[in-house]
Amino acid sequence: MPDSSISSKPIAVAMSGGVDSSTVAALLASRGYSVVGLTMQLWNQRRLPELANDGGAGRCCSLDDVYDARHVAEQLGIPYYVVNFETQFEQQVVEPFIHEYLAGRTPIPCTLCNNFIKFDRFIELADGVGAAQIATGHYARVRREPSTGRYQLLRAADHTKDQSYFLFGLTQPQLERSLFPLGEMTKLEVRALARELGLAVAEKSESYEICFVPNGDYAAFLEAYLRSKGREPVYARGDLVTSDGVKIGEHAGVHHFTVGQRRGLGIAAGEPLYVIATDPNTQRVTVGSNDQLLRAALTAADVNWVSWPTLSAPARAQVKIRHRHEPTAAVLYPVEYSTRVEVHFDEPQRAVTPGQAAVFYDGDLVLGGGWIE
Amino acid sequence: MQRYYFDHNATTPVSPAVLAAMVPCLGEVYGNASSIHHFGQMAKQQLEQARRQAATLVHCGPQEIVFVSGGTEADNLALLGAVRVFNKRDKHVVTTAIEHPAVLNTCTQLEREGVAVTYVPAGPDGVVEPDEIRRAMRTSTVLVSVMHANNELGTVQPIAEISRISRAAGVALHVDGVQALGKLPVDVYALGVDLYSMSGHKIYAPKGVGALFVRKGALIASILFGGHHERERRPGTENVPGAVAFGCAAECVGSDLDAESARLAALRDRLEQGILARIDSAGVNGARANRTPNTTNIYFAGIEGEALVIALDLRGFAVSSGAACSSGAVEPSHVLLAIGLPPERARASIRFSLGRTNTAEQVDALIDAVAESVKHLRKISPVVPAHA
Repeated sequence: MPDSSISSKPIAVAMSGGVDSSTVAALLASRGYSVVGLTMQLWNQRRLPELANDGGAGRCCSLDDVYDARHVAEQLGIPYYVVNFETQFEQQVVEPFIHEYLAGRTPIPCTLCNNFIKFDRFIELADGVGAAQIATGHYARVRREPSTGRYQLLRAADHTKDQSYFLFGLTQPQLERSLFPLGEMTKLEVRALARELGLAVAEKSESYEICFVPNGDYAAFLEAYLRSKGREPVYARGDLVTSDGVKIGEHAGVHHFTVGQRRGLGIAAGEPLYVIATDPNTQRVTVGSNDQLLRAALTAADVNWVSWPTLSAPARAQVKIRHRHEPTAAVLYPVEYSTRVEVHFDEPQRAVTPGQAAVFYDGDLVLGGGWIE
Repeated sequence: MQRYYFDHNATTPVSPAVLAAMVPCLGEVYGNASSIHHFGQMAKQQLEQARRQAATLVHCGPQEIVFVSGGTEADNLALLGAVRVFNKRDKHVVTTAIEHPAVLNTCTQLEREGVAVTYVPAGPDGVVEPDEIRRAMRTSTVLVSVMHANNELGTVQPIAEISRISRAAGVALHVDGVQALGKLPVDVYALGVDLYSMSGHKIYAPKGVGALFVRKGALIASILFGGHHERERRPGTENVPGAVAFGCAAECVGSDLDAESARLAALRDRLEQGILARIDSAGVNGARANRTPNTTNIYFAGIEGEALVIALDLRGFAVSSGAACSSGAVEPSHVLLAIGLPPERARASIRFSLGRTNTAEQVDALIDAVAESVKHLRKISPVVPAHA
């Protein structure tokens, strides 16, 4: 919670229309804080009409979600506004997402959105309208280390909902201004609280997919987006090869594949086959057995240090290499003034995927993280 | 919190006089104006009196006033009606790039129907050059549509000159007068227009009523189908309470048009001078001469207009920037882009539109609030991102 010197100013709550951020707004309002609700309009689903799905629920910035957020703000009697970040979102999240896929990597747009939109533009806008702090529905915790004054990021109390993996890019000024009121709560408690507070969205279902990609179909999104921009999608067919370089089939483009993927290879083999690597330069997709997916080490680039100021000597940590991955023991070796880190796992890890993040933990503490090369 | 309203181009409050005139028509005078009995006749009397009041404001005959549901329907009826009435293949419409969406999107519909449309640009002053209209005309042109006053800038378009051009070519002229009515004297015959759109809620009548002037002899096809109401030009049981409100509002704004315009112009100039004196790197968009008296559009270099609108609202001042899209988020004004302003300047611009309830004290309070909010917004340095 904010210290008393700034708590007289309103807190800007990023409201998506979902149960989590709605509960955050309700919680802060019930504690007597002055709250301003803001919904970021990030993406217009009508941009790519051919992707329109029939359900409509959980789609990024849908009119239904805005309706829900506005309804909750009305219930709480707080000022509420929709702010337009479509241009920034396209430039700083969607375009890099496309670029990463075309480069054969598997990007995490949520982290880019956090780094450049939610904890950058949004904080700036909140500041502009007079709010010194922002609050979001993320499941994570921030605390200030009294001896050093450094803001630390911690895993949520509810490890099953923890979103700290997506927040490793936050800087000290960003953490200083951010509140995660749900960090100590379980999802069940949040829902119970939402019900208790009578919030209209208390029973609303969750969406797990990347918000602007309907039905989780990245390849279809990528192709539709490129077409809408007048850029011809890469239809380059390529070869499916084994790790020995033996061609065993063909595919419709490397952007259909991600490391560790099993389904959709279009070939039948004795033992299950997985994508081991993709190479957009040669349009080759290398497949192999589960064992061939194991890696003993990785290099993380563009490392951001969060709870630790830097890394000056090798250190033991637990490392998470994708959102649904149990942090696993490793040694971190600093390279290039600690902006790059070599991670040596105690046990080889399956499907180390370029473009995903490697986030370093010490227990619940998020030490820092970087992008897997 | 004390709240002040400076967004009268978006809508106006219903005036007490209008409300007083309207309420009896919701209760006592409930007849269907097309019924032949006493109840119907009472309603019809009210309706026709309202029509005379509306006609008086724009100096036309009462039979030339068609009551509709609002400015958007008036524009739709004018454009679709005046174009569809021509039963030929090759049709062309001339309009401008700074029109309201009610005109622009109706033109898009006409294009879907195979009609060619030319969108004439406006200059950086926010005014359309009549010669540009002349150059855009073709032998197939069936309609020219130009707004009287622009909603974002307040700039008044040279309608009389444009009408000489359209008239010489034998082409009908539609004028969207929604933002001019009640702010400028309107004489449809002196202006030489054939169709003139009006909206009730911009002149202190409620939402849901408007009118279209259709010059006697001008031909329009129906766009709605039903009974014989409004001389076969607009079917649907007459909205007597709405029409009565419109008529009363028309009479009210007409009764002190010169005095109120002068008062608003003085307040608007006070606002502009106050803001420009207090805030550097700010300026007025579009021409400052020949505007509606209540409107100014000001840019503040280096700020997001959206943030300024929210900051001012949280201080109790209602202003506007751009147009709201379906979610309620603000999109950069197509008008400011159309007059050649760069997108960042369009996003840094705010529209202030004054009205009957505003006073000099309110304007001074607004100047203070704008100066403080802009200063704060400019002070903020962006948070440094984690990595590029």
